[in-house]
Amino acid sequence: MFQHNMQKFSLTLLWLIFTLFFSSLTHAQDDDPIKGKALFNANCAACHQLDKKMTGPALRNVETRLYEDEGLDREWLYAWIRNSSALIKSGDDYANRIYNEYNGAAMTAYPQFSDQDISNILAYTAQEKVTPPAVATVATTQTSSNEDGFSKMLVLSALAVLFTLLALGLFLVNQTLRRFANKNDIEVKKAVKGPSLWKAFVKNQFLMLVTAIIFLLSSAYFVYGYLMQIGIDQGYEPIQPIHYSHRIHSGDNGIDCKYCHSSARVSKHSGIPSLNVCMNCHKSIYEVAESTATEEYSKEFYDGEIQKLYNAVGWDDENQRYTGKTKPVKWIRIHNLPDFAYFNHSQHVSVAGIECQTCHGPVEEMEIMYQHSPLTMGWCINCHRETNVKVEDNGYYEKIHKALSEKYGVDKLTAAQMGGLECGKCHY
Amino acid sequence: MLFLALLLVSSCQNKRKPNYQYFPNMYEPVGYEAYGEYDVFPNGQEALIPPEGTLARGHSLYPYENTNEGYDLALLNLKSPLLTSAIDSKRGKELYEIYCGICHGNKGAGMGKLVKREKILGVPSYADRPITTGSIYHVIYYGKNSMGSYANFLDEEERWQVTAYVEALRLELLKDKE
Ligand code: HEC
Ligand code: HEC
Ligand code: HEC
Ligand code: HEC
Ligand code: HEC
Ligand code: HEC
Ligand code: HEC
Repeated sequence: MFQHNMQKFSLTLLWLIFTLFFSSLTHAQDDDPIKGKALFNANCAACHQLDKKMTGPALRNVETRLYEDEGLDREWLYAWIRNSSALIKSGDDYANRIYNEYNGAAMTAYPQFSDQDISNILAYTAQEKVTPPAVATVATTQTSSNEDGFSKMLVLSALAVLFTLLALGLFLVNQTLRRFANKNDIEVKKAVKGPSLWKAFVKNQFLMLVTAIIFLLSSAYFVYGYLMQIGIDQGYEPIQPIHYSHRIHSGDNGIDCKYCHSSARVSKHSGIPSLNVCMNCHKSIYEVAESTATEEYSKEFYDGEIQKLYNAVGWDDENQRYTGKTKPVKWIRIHNLPDFAYFNHSQHVSVAGIECQTCHGPVEEMEIMYQHSPLTMGWCINCHRETNVKVEDNGYYEKIHKALSEKYGVDKLTAAQMGGLECGKCHY
Repeated sequence: MLFLALLLVSSCQNKRKPNYQYFPNMYEPVGYEAYGEYDVFPNGQEALIPPEGTLARGHSLYPYENTNEGYDLALLNLKSPLLTSAIDSKRGKELYEIYCGICHGNKGAGMGKLVKREKILGVPSYADRPITTGSIYHVIYYGKNSMGSYANFLDEEERWQVTAYVEALRLELLKDKE
């Protein structure tokens, strides 16, 4: 009995080992969509996406599609991917058709790919589309934000209840005391009216004078403050036609300021980038990632803003071409000096080597652009008094620097000592 | 009272609107400002594209066409006009890191920040492409497939400086590969 069982057990064990061995063997030959994804992202993704037409066609399930529609097999795909132009030249019917459909855009040749590499890529393209559980994430973020708001509400209402209770308590105590007083025939004094403080005050000329002076001074202070800030737009934060976020572009993705404001290097203006600059990236970036959305702005909102950009440049994302119908975007100007003052970016950015953030504040954290500095004359002058001129690597300054540093008897010259306070430098 | 008055004054301030100005006629420009909107221009737009058939001063004609054939010709024939002594790798590096590094990576291996964050894919390593001086310049000038043109960011001399820097990076990468 026991023996018999033992035998059966060892048999099953053997069988198990056997199947395991075999399955692992067959597995090794299986295509690996993960490796395929890596290859795809490194080589093909510049022109192809799985579900969207780019420079080349969408590639999800190409193999089945080509087989069912055109009767082309994997051998054709090997030949195409290794060298599509050779296949086109050989006169292959479908190759020529698709080539012409894409206006003769040439696909890169990949002669270095083994059959296994290509199989891996095809395995990746044959994967089911995973629709992100968008609803669930939205729901969770909402509940979390709700919870947050809810707890605040709770605390507030608890406080409100507490205060009403306290007030009620006081009122009740007062009432009972009065009742006691009434019972015990004690007269409760009414607040004394009569020759009150107010009348005494009006009669006292000196006190009147002092208060009048204080009142005038303080209102003068406020009026002066108000008049002084006229014409200063610190904090000005208009709503732009496209919700363009510096936080996402320069903060999260680390795009250099001068990538977009490229004329800051060489000219008076920093310039606002023309829309073809945006399209260098946004041809490929047609939506934001799930993780970019914040509590305040949803993914749908951001995607809509990118759509606005497409409408403005006339980019047809469906067919990946320009329609030629453009609508200029009217960005609202924020920083603006009066016409009588002259400010030049290249002098400060390229020559003096000042960071943009010194004048424009923490731009890489701004979801919406605002004016950080007052841009008053005092602000310019202050900095010219405090900042040293950068003379290293600047042959132009060698002579004047030597002469001036002898004149002032200092090692380092400030911008002011170089003439940065002369009215004519900024006013003309 | 005072409090109410203050409230009144402060409520006039709105960060969505510009502030009042004294004597605005001294503040507002008489000439045409950059990016302004004026009736004399077509579409009211001051920012205009240069007229066709003109060349800005300091630029020269670029004879290769934006086609596959143009690319092949530039790959073979186009040479840099810069003398070796005029190549300023410090400036090339600076410009490269502003305009190209964000996708291609500061080493040129195709691992820029946008690629690492999976925003833009398919950026090649320079070592993996059979590129030459001419083809690099051609690609900066016209772009290629999903890479856009960088002709309006960089002037002619700067484009050649960047080209030289890309070639230097490519040599580095090829050396590392061995
Ligand atoms: C330089 C851009 C580019 C790259 C990179 C590229 N392709 Fe293509 N691909 C195209 C274009 C364009 C077409 C359309 C035919 C044509 O114009 O040559 C195409 C067509 C195809 C087709 C035929 C699709 C169909 O529906 O008939 C397949 C399959 C394909 N590519 C696979 C790949 C794979 C796999 C890779 C990566 C190893 C890749 N491609 C890389 C541009 C590219
Ligand atoms: C991807 C392109 C891009 C990048 C990178 C970028 N900006 Fe901007 N910037 C814009 C656009 C578009 C506007 C106009 C819309 C607005 O004001 O929000 C703008 C507006 C501005 C303005 C206000 C202009 C005005 O009207 O007065 C300042 C200042 C500014 N940017 C500074 C910076 C700084 C500093 C950086 C680097 C940290 C930077 N920008 C990076 C595209 C960019
Ligand atoms: C160097 C690449 C690059 C350039 C140039 C660029 N963007 Fe973006 N843009 C991005 C990236 C990366 C994202 C974020 C995508 C994500 O989070 O998935 C983005 C997101 C956006 C969004 C959605 C988020 C937001 O900011 O509201 C808008 C709108 C947008 N860009 C507009 C513009 C405009 C307008 C320009 C031209 C002035 C521009 N972009 C230029 C890379 C770029
Ligand atoms: C020394 C201070 C200072 C520095 C440094 C500075 N800016 Fe400015 N910026 C200003 C002032 C002042 C204005 C208003 C100019 C005007 O109205 O003529 C301005 C205006 C702008 C504008 C509006 C459009 C224009 O060109 O008039 C943009 C965009 C801008 N700056 C971007 C930048 C960027 C990007 C950098 C860094 C490369 C930078 N700024 C560095 C002071 C500065
Ligand atoms: C963050 C400091 C800083 C601020 C703010 C600043 N500047 Fe400057 N500025 C400098 C420095 C440093 C130089 C010297 C640059 C050089 O020539 O090496 C300079 C030089 C100049 C020059 C050339 C001076 C000369 O000798 O030729 C002018 C004009 C000028 N600034 C105008 C302005 C105006 C107008 C403002 C205010 C809107 C301003 N600057 C704000 C730092 C600043
Ligand atoms: C560093 C540059 C700079 C220099 C040097 C400079 N100014 Fe100014 N000035 C400005 C700027 C910028 C404004 C605009 C301030 C504003 O819009 O609030 C201004 C405004 C003024 C105003 C108008 C009043 C106001 O605040 O709007 C007067 C008057 C003036 N400057 C006189 C002078 C005189 C006189 C000198 C020579 C002693 C001088 N400035 C030197 C930059 C300069
Ligand atoms: C927005 C991202 C991006 C930026 C910024 C960018 N590139 Fe590219 N670059 C690409 C992509 C994507 C490709 C692949 C194009 C293809 O062949 O399909 C590429 C390809 C190239 C190639 C190889 C082209 C060939 O002949 O095969 C060169 C050289 C190149 N880039 C140089 C540059 C230089 C120089 C800059 C800076 C001026 C730059 N790139 C900026 C995305 C970018």
